[in-house]
Amino acid sequence: MPYQIIVCGGLAPDPLQTLEPVMGPAGPALKNEMMLPAVFDPWAAHALYEAAHLAKQFPGSSIRVVTLAPKAKLQQVMMTVAQKLHFELIPIDGPGGGFTDAVEVSEVLAQTISAIPGIDKSQLLLFGGWESATRGSGCVIPMVAARLGIEDCFLAVDELKIEDGALVIKERVEGGLLQVSRCAAPPAALAWATGSLPEPPNHPQTGMANMRAMMPALQRAKPAGLKGEGFSVPQASLPAQQRQTQVVKDKPAAEIARELLEWIKG
Amino acid sequence: MEKTLVLLHTEADGSLGRAARECLTLAASLGKFDLAVSGAGASAAAKSAEGSAERILCIEADEFAAPRSSTDSAAAEVLIRTSGATLVLAPGTSRWSRALPMAAARLNGVIDTHAVGLEVAGDSVQVKRWFYRQRIEGVVARTRRPWIVVVEPGAFTAAEATLAQATVETELLEAAITPRTTVEGTISTAVGEQTIRPDAALLFVAGAGWTKKQKDGQVHIADAADRIQTFVHKAKCSLGSSKSLVDQAGEGEAVLPFLTHLHQVGQTGSTPRHKKGLATCCHGEEPHVVGWRFINERRAVNLDPNCGWARGKADVLYVADAFEVMKELNALLD
Repeated sequence: MPYQIIVCGGLAPDPLQTLEPVMGPAGPALKNEMMLPAVFDPWAAHALYEAAHLAKQFPGSSIRVVTLAPKAKLQQVMMTVAQKLHFELIPIDGPGGGFTDAVEVSEVLAQTISAIPGIDKSQLLLFGGWESATRGSGCVIPMVAARLGIEDCFLAVDELKIEDGALVIKERVEGGLLQVSRCAAPPAALAWATGSLPEPPNHPQTGMANMRAMMPALQRAKPAGLKGEGFSVPQASLPAQQRQTQVVKDKPAAEIARELLEWIKG
Repeated sequence: MEKTLVLLHTEADGSLGRAARECLTLAASLGKFDLAVSGAGASAAAKSAEGSAERILCIEADEFAAPRSSTDSAAAEVLIRTSGATLVLAPGTSRWSRALPMAAARLNGVIDTHAVGLEVAGDSVQVKRWFYRQRIEGVVARTRRPWIVVVEPGAFTAAEATLAQATVETELLEAAITPRTTVEGTISTAVGEQTIRPDAALLFVAGAGWTKKQKDGQVHIADAADRIQTFVHKAKCSLGSSKSLVDQAGEGEAVLPFLTHLHQVGQTGSTPRHKKGLATCCHGEEPHVVGWRFINERRAVNLDPNCGWARGKADVLYVADAFEVMKELNALLD
């Protein structure tokens, strides 16, 4: 059976960048936010790779990526992501930072997905990252699922297998364990953790084919219209946690081991 | 004035878990509250924790025993709707993290997760949480209700079981739901190796350096595995890893067979809470170190004196060969 896979994912600042919050009239933002290099959100990217893996196993499956992000920045990021696999981009133009309201974002995503023509719920798999690297709330995918009338939602998913049409899913739970569940059939929502697939290699021809459809989609991207009503972040700051590191050189391993043992037991 | 509900679920054995009792501590500091418990043995568990609860609501039919989004979110929705609460406090367990956002959406309410602090002053409630994966701390305020606040485990001390000050009758509720998902159980992917032990005092992190060429120009995977596993067993510590080491498994490079993505600490891994942390053969790059936000005392062993740990991220950096140090340390632990 083919699947209609919708992957929700945003952008995040490159993890190696230094982040500093600045307060503005509309609340906090990152210093030089528009200048920071961005990547496709790491866990959402894993969801996308898993979607490609699944689509490959079930011919006729489709992958759509619904993204709420500033479209100029999205275009830059898509130059790379589009080279990895074939998908249709459904962009929504709006702020992609961490200080937006997850509830409002979920409303916008659900409205956008509901408006996609030809969605068949009996084939629908809603994918996304477990938590974004920006807001990190971990609640957008379950809320989108609820708004779309999907009752079966799985969080921190590391594996999906299809067995006789049923979805067999492994989710991370407490104590380093994986919970194994069997969902009878789609629709279902899966918020992915790392999964087990490596990042697909870049394929320039795929990228060029994708970008031919993505550029017009980006130009037509509707504004998200996030108002932030009833939501505010009155304070945002860097944690005051700079340590005075003592760098110990030229000490024999045995002595270091003794020191560490004292510290561990102390 | 907020009407507060503490929304808990029972564990597999019918008890309330540590995260649930931490949530009760927070609620008790705010004053009176209603208590709602879902899951197998909910009413008995509620009795053990009612403390200053004014009203107790429970759902404990068989279908609500297993952790599952459809049943858990339906139970949470009924409990919150019945209580009429404007502020709902719930522990950040995997079970509630999956179900409560769905309940919030159906109730046309709002939700915030990973709360590490909460201040109530009159009608104003502010929740303290982290943004950008523990790199920025912030405060969130909302006017829309009901507001579900999911409390981060480990952020508060766990309440002891308290006897009721007055007998509160338990109201048993029902929620109609036919689940399409069957929970088959839990498994551990790590081959005989623990990942994060919440109760361990020490976090031991093995970085990618363990799988690189050593002084003799050779890779010593078996030695590395032996030293790491011996230490973890002897010290009874949590075992974590950096992303680069975990990723090597997917890239076909030499790997330590017992390390999986579940061991990963950092931006796309876990953020464990331990008193102490020891990093070995790990460069202490920012995406990894954000996972150390709640590790109080930090030491690192690394051959690079200019690594990330040296730049204010560890208390002590030993510039030394971790293979030798761990061999000596394991000998001392005998």
